[in-house]
Amino acid sequence: MRERLEATGYLVDDGLAVACFLALKLRRPIFCEGDAGVGKTSLASAFAAALDAPLIRLQCYEGIDASQALYDWDFPRQLLHLRAAEAAGVTDADRLEGELYGRRFLVARPLLRALETQPCVLLVDEIDRADDEFEAFLLELLSEYTVTVPELGTLRAESPPVVVLTSNRTREVHDALKRRCLYHWFDHPGFARELAIVRRRLPGVTARLAEQVTGLVQALRTEDLVKPPGVAETIDWAEALDALGATEVDAELAISTLGSVLKYREDLERARGLDLAALLAVRGA
Amino acid sequence: MTGTERGASAEDRAGAPVDVPAVLVGFARALRAAGVDAGPDRVQAFLGALDVLRPGMRSDVYWSGRLTLCGSRDDLERYDRVFAAYFGGAASEGRRLRAAPPPRLRMTVRDAGPAPRARVEGERDAVPTAVLASSAEVLRHRDFAGLTDAERGQLRRLLAAFALRGELRRTARLRPARRGVVDPRRTVREVLRRGGEPAPPRMRARAERPRRVVLLVDVSGSMAAYADALLRFAHAAAHAAPHGGGRARTEVFTIGTRLTRVTRELTHRDPDTALAAVAAAVPDWRGGTRLGELLRGFLDRWGQRGMARGAVVVVLSDGWERGDPELLAAQMRRLHRLAHRVIWANPRKARPGYAPLAAGMAAALPSVDSFVEGHSLAALERLAAVVRGAGDA
Repeated sequence: MRERLEATGYLVDDGLAVACFLALKLRRPIFCEGDAGVGKTSLASAFAAALDAPLIRLQCYEGIDASQALYDWDFPRQLLHLRAAEAAGVTDADRLEGELYGRRFLVARPLLRALETQPCVLLVDEIDRADDEFEAFLLELLSEYTVTVPELGTLRAESPPVVVLTSNRTREVHDALKRRCLYHWFDHPGFARELAIVRRRLPGVTARLAEQVTGLVQALRTEDLVKPPGVAETIDWAEALDALGATEVDAELAISTLGSVLKYREDLERARGLDLAALLAVRGA
Repeated sequence: MTGTERGASAEDRAGAPVDVPAVLVGFARALRAAGVDAGPDRVQAFLGALDVLRPGMRSDVYWSGRLTLCGSRDDLERYDRVFAAYFGGAASEGRRLRAAPPPRLRMTVRDAGPAPRARVEGERDAVPTAVLASSAEVLRHRDFAGLTDAERGQLRRLLAAFALRGELRRTARLRPARRGVVDPRRTVREVLRRGGEPAPPRMRARAERPRRVVLLVDVSGSMAAYADALLRFAHAAAHAAPHGGGRARTEVFTIGTRLTRVTRELTHRDPDTALAAVAAAVPDWRGGTRLGELLRGFLDRWGQRGMARGAVVVVLSDGWERGDPELLAAQMRRLHRLAHRVIWANPRKARPGYAPLAAGMAAALPSVDSFVEGHSLAALERLAAVVRGAGDA
C-alpha cells in the first residue's frame, strides 16, 4: 500500500500506511484531522491515483442537505418532457408520471455518484462545516452504502467506495460518526520527511533550495505565529522561489517572497523581525 | 507523536502469544480507565483490524489501536501513555499528562428543562407566586456580589429560565415559504398530483438561523462573586431551545489562567450537576487573569478555524488584565475581525463612578461593539436582548 501511495508522489508515515491498508481491507472510512495544509485532502487524491480510481469530492458547507449531496430531479427537463407529451397527445397520466421519475431525470450528486461508480474514492471534505443533521444523514449512508429514492427504490453500492473524511476541528464532529471511522491525526512532518515531500513534489528545484526552504519553514513553525505554515505552504514557497530562478535563498530573497508562506500581516511583521540569515546559516552549515 | 514513531517502527514481538484477544481487550479496558471513550464497537473494530494485520507485531498493534480506539486529538496523548504502560517499552515520555475525566453523574429527571421563552418572573416550585414575583422584581436589579445565600438560591431558579440565541442570519438553504421564489420541485409535484391541471406555484425562501453564540466566562479571582451566577447563566443559555429548525449550539469557555472549553460539561440538564462538572474540568478557579494570552489561545485553537467566524462573541469579564494590555488589544482586534459582533459584559460597569480604566478593559474597548453591564438579572436580560440583536447599548 505504502509503495503504491508513494508512487503517486504522496509520502506516508507508518500510521497513515496502516490506516490506508485498513481502510481498504475493512472498508471503513478514514477520518482525517489536523491543521490546514498538512495533506488531508491530498491523501484522497493520492489514494485515488494509487487505486487508479476516480476521485469524487463532496465539499461540505453550512446548510448542505441531501438534495445537494445525494441526488436531485432535473425539473426543467421534466417540465419539457411533460410539454412534449402533451403536444404528442399522451393521456396516460400514470405512465407519464412513471417516466418523469425515471433514472434519466435523476441528477446524481457526489454521494450517489460515488455509490454508482466502482471503484472510486469518495472525499467528504471539511465535514465540520456541515450541520449535525447532515452528519446524521452521512452516518446512515456510510453504514449501509445504500440510498433510497422514493420514486425509484433502493440503490446499493456493489462494493462500497473508499471514503476519506476531513475535518479542521472547527467544531466537534459527532462521536457516532467518528466511531464508524478510522481516526488519524495529521501532524506537521519532521524535517527529513518534509524535505522528501518537497523533493518529490518539485523535482526541478535544486537540493539546496529545497533544504533551505524546508529548514526555514520548520523554524517558522516553532515561532509564535497566528497561522503556522503547512506543508502546502512549504511547497508553494519552494515553487515561488524556483519560479524566480533562485537556486538558493538568502535573507533578502526570503523576505521578499514571505507572502507565499505567511498569510497574516502580524505573522509577516514578526517574521521580518527575525534574523532569517541566522536561521539559514544554521541549516546551511 | 514523534517519539512513538520510533518506538513503533521497531519490530519487536509483544510477548508470548498466550490469549491475544484477552490481552487486547484488557488493553482497551485500561484505555477506558484513562479516559478514552473506547466502547465495545471500537474494541471490535480494533480486533477486526488486527485480524487483517499481524497481532504479534508491535507497530501494527499500536497503529490499529490508535486508528480505531481513539476519537480525538486529546485521546492520542492518553493512548500513547497507556500503550507504553501496558505493553511496556519506549513510547513518548515526559509529556504533560492529563488526568482522566471524573466519572459522569447521571441525574434523575428533575425538571423537564426550562420553558423556552418563559418570563423570568414565572412561578416555579412551591414558593407562593406573589412572594416570588415581588422578590424577583427586587432581585432583578441587585448586584450578584451582595446577595445572601437564600437570595442566591432564588437567583439560581430565575437564571434557569434564561434563553440566549444569536441574531438571525439568512442561510444558503431554501425552505418552503409563503413568499419567495418559485419552488419547481413542489410545483411540479402539485401539478402532477392534479393530473396536469394548473396549480398556484409553490414558493420557497431562504431559511433563517440564529448565529452561533460563544461565551467566554472569566472565572478568575476578581470575578469570584460573579462566576457562579454567570456560569449558571451560560448553562441556561446553552440549553436554549433550538429555533427555526436549525440548532446553533452556544459554546462556552472559561478563562482565568487557562482556557477551558466547558460546552460539553454544561450539557447536563441539571444546573448543579453541570456546574459540578465544570468545576471539575476547570483547573484555575480564582487564579489571575491573562486575558490577552487566553484570547489568543482561543483564537488559535478554535476561533480562527471557524467557531468565532460570523458568531456573536460575548466576553463576561471585568477586564482586569494581569498580562500585557497591548497583547489583549491586538487579540481583540483579531476577534473583532472574525466575529459578527463582540459584546463585552462587565459586572463592574454598574458601580457608581466606574470608568473603564483597568488597563485590559481600556485596551479592549475599541474592538467591542457593545459594552454592557453584567452584574444583575436585569443586566443579563439586557445582555440577552443585545445578543439577539434587539436594542444596542
